[in-house]
Amino acid sequence: MRLEVEITGKTFRSAAGGTQRVLAPVSFALQSGEVGVLIGPSGCGKSTMLRIILGLDRDFGGHVSRPPEARIGMVFQEPRLLPWRSVEQNVRLAAPDVTDAKLAELFRILELDAHRSHFPGELSLGLARRVALARAFAVEPDLLVLDEPLASLDDALAGRLRDEIATLVARRPVMTLLVTHSLDDAIRLGDRLFLLSPRPARIVREVPIAIPRAQRSEAELGRIRAELAALQLESK
Amino acid sequence: MLRLLSFALLLAIWWIAALFVGAAKLPSPPAVLDVVVAEASSGALFLHLGATLARVSLAFVLAMSLGSAIGYLMGRVKLADRLGDPWLILLLNLPALVVIVLAYIWAGLTEAAAIAAIAINKLPTAIVTLREGARALDRSLDEMASVFAMPRWRAFRHVVLPQLAPYIAASARSGLSLVWKIVLVAELLGRPNGVGFEIGVAFQLFDTPRLLAYSLTFAAVVLVIETALVQPFEARATRWRPRAA
Repeated sequence: MRLEVEITGKTFRSAAGGTQRVLAPVSFALQSGEVGVLIGPSGCGKSTMLRIILGLDRDFGGHVSRPPEARIGMVFQEPRLLPWRSVEQNVRLAAPDVTDAKLAELFRILELDAHRSHFPGELSLGLARRVALARAFAVEPDLLVLDEPLASLDDALAGRLRDEIATLVARRPVMTLLVTHSLDDAIRLGDRLFLLSPRPARIVREVPIAIPRAQRSEAELGRIRAELAALQLESK
Repeated sequence: MLRLLSFALLLAIWWIAALFVGAAKLPSPPAVLDVVVAEASSGALFLHLGATLARVSLAFVLAMSLGSAIGYLMGRVKLADRLGDPWLILLLNLPALVVIVLAYIWAGLTEAAAIAAIAINKLPTAIVTLREGARALDRSLDEMASVFAMPRWRAFRHVVLPQLAPYIAASARSGLSLVWKIVLVAELLGRPNGVGFEIGVAFQLFDTPRLLAYSLTFAAVVLVIETALVQPFEARATRWRPRAA
């Protein structure tokens, strides 16, 4: 399976009647088993790009091709759970085919066992984020989209959830697209990093990371981080 | 407890007022109770109450289901809103009496005319409330349902309907009180039975105890329906909201 994104541009009409360009031409492709990371300054148009890729926004130039049968799992920036359904129901409604065993395993990995029957309003943001992750993984997605899934969590929790995402992604071949502005998340999870410019967004540089995720030592990560920092200075 | 006390106070004021005004204008509570018992033992009370209740429930169900569907459509589809809005304003401002009289003229003094007239009176408020509800729907949850490819019916039942529930409950509650006021007018003008008919008769005879006996029993029935049906539904619809400690 393969996701191909070829956006030639996207403009918004502002209330005053003018137009504003949000996306410059952007094109990239993603294979099964790959984690692509979009990194860019806030407000550069990352969320707009995701909405286009997900088919929520059809008013753009260019085209996005993803297999029509591809199942999508999504973690939005805000958890977007149904407040009137329990944690378990939230997951099952998005993934009706999920088996009890699979669900139990997901809840165990994400440490949600104690919260199955709670309503989202009773959860902390960190827990709600984990439910959103469980929901995205429960559908056994072919395309997994994570929109800043770790933002505004404390470092320890973010680190643990990042490891959990890595574990879950490693289980089955899935095209993963991660949006973040944390370099750390990007280099720990990504196979290919796409560095985006400020609005209108375009891909300034594509950085592949050849070392498999599980084998990246702290030293390697430090080297990649330094490399990226140099690149970002250069592009400014 | 406090509610009971407040109810007792109401009874006391009534009784004292009755002593001052005289039994012809305001009979005392026991006098009214006597009439209630007499009417109940002859069976007339239940016949009239039943007739009115049947009309209320039919008109209520008709207006709620039609009004909810139209209101939802108007809240979701701009074109429907544009087309329907002038009609809605007209209906909202049409006096209940006009609708009832016209219905009787056009459809005869029939049961169908009465029920339709009552339903038409309730319809626009149900539409307005549900339209507000549909406009307030959370788009981010719609997007979630769409990304996860939820089938239309599942999304409606689990994503949309729970958001509409408070509006449906509000519309049911205000609608019930509206229907109960209007059904009596419709019965007074063109039905041979029902609480409204009895009140019309009592009015012609200046029979205040009878008038109070019928209206108070019906008020009691409405109160029971409100506490036994509408409030539990509301409580269930909002049970996911974290309760204030």
